[in-house]
Amino acid sequence: MKKMFIPLAVLTAAMFAYAPVAIANAPYESTMLLIQKIFYFHVPAWMAMYAGIAVCGIASGIYLFKGRPAADRLAVAAAELIVLFGAIGLVTGPLWGRKAWGVWWQWDARLTMALLLELVFIAYLLVRAYGGPGSDKLAAAVGIFGMAVSPFVYVSVNIWRTVHPLNTVVPTLKAGMFGPFWFCAMAFLLLFTLLLTLRMNLAEEQAMLDDLYLADEE
Amino acid sequence: MTNRLFTVVGLVLLSAQVFAFQAPSGQTPTPAGQAPPGQSEFVPVDQLPPSEQLPAAPLLVAAYAFAWLAVFFYVWTVWRRLNKVEADMRVFERRHGQGREGASGVNRTNPR
Repeated sequence: MKKMFIPLAVLTAAMFAYAPVAIANAPYESTMLLIQKIFYFHVPAWMAMYAGIAVCGIASGIYLFKGRPAADRLAVAAAELIVLFGAIGLVTGPLWGRKAWGVWWQWDARLTMALLLELVFIAYLLVRAYGGPGSDKLAAAVGIFGMAVSPFVYVSVNIWRTVHPLNTVVPTLKAGMFGPFWFCAMAFLLLFTLLLTLRMNLAEEQAMLDDLYLADEE
Repeated sequence: MTNRLFTVVGLVLLSAQVFAFQAPSGQTPTPAGQAPPGQSEFVPVDQLPPSEQLPAAPLLVAAYAFAWLAVFFYVWTVWRRLNKVEADMRVFERRHGQGREGASGVNRTNPR
């Protein structure tokens, strides 16, 4: 992965440089018009967040049941990215909602659950930062819990009455919107992979330094 | 005497009300520097005039700007932490190297 980092970084930068052109050329949505173009960053940010939730949950499970430190480092790296991409989703959503619904925020099922999911992973990071000895296992349990509740956030729009657009929007995208959307989604998933690699590198160096200090004390 | 007083007060109030209800129909432009008169009724309209509608472009730009700023901020924090770990590593290696040199009785900085 380290050999692939620079070419992937160049590819991602090129994709993000072209993304505004693709978004500008995409057709306007009939009722929301210009503001709907937030969709091309908003939904891919959530997709990157869900990728992070899968990585964090699975790595937390491996750490909790097999005790592999590398899995723990991967889970922490993914949790930071979940909070990052979740924050992008939670900020871009209200900017869209202000124009489309006339309000910044609505305490409906989808929005509230998305906020709670973000808070679960903020809690994960707080436990890691201030939990003291043994907090790694507690945080791993929080990571698994976060992964377990995430599907409910996704299906919430189908179960409860909500102002949020339904999940059927993405699979039924028309040709002019389909291409730019999946282009942006791929760019965000590539960005997620790059940031995860970068954060893993930091976690490995921190672990190496900790090992050196521990060996020195002995 | 009391009846006459009530009659006068009643006439004053009645004339004030009549004047108050007639005033809006004969509205005159407010002279410069004076506060406009209080609105007497709200008239609903179906559509906002274009000058009052919330423009989408600033919200769209704000959304994209926030996404970019958040990613750059995160990369900056990772870069800072990476630099700190590498600096700590150098400090450790320097101290560890000096400790080994001290233990073996060789001190390059001070030969005596």
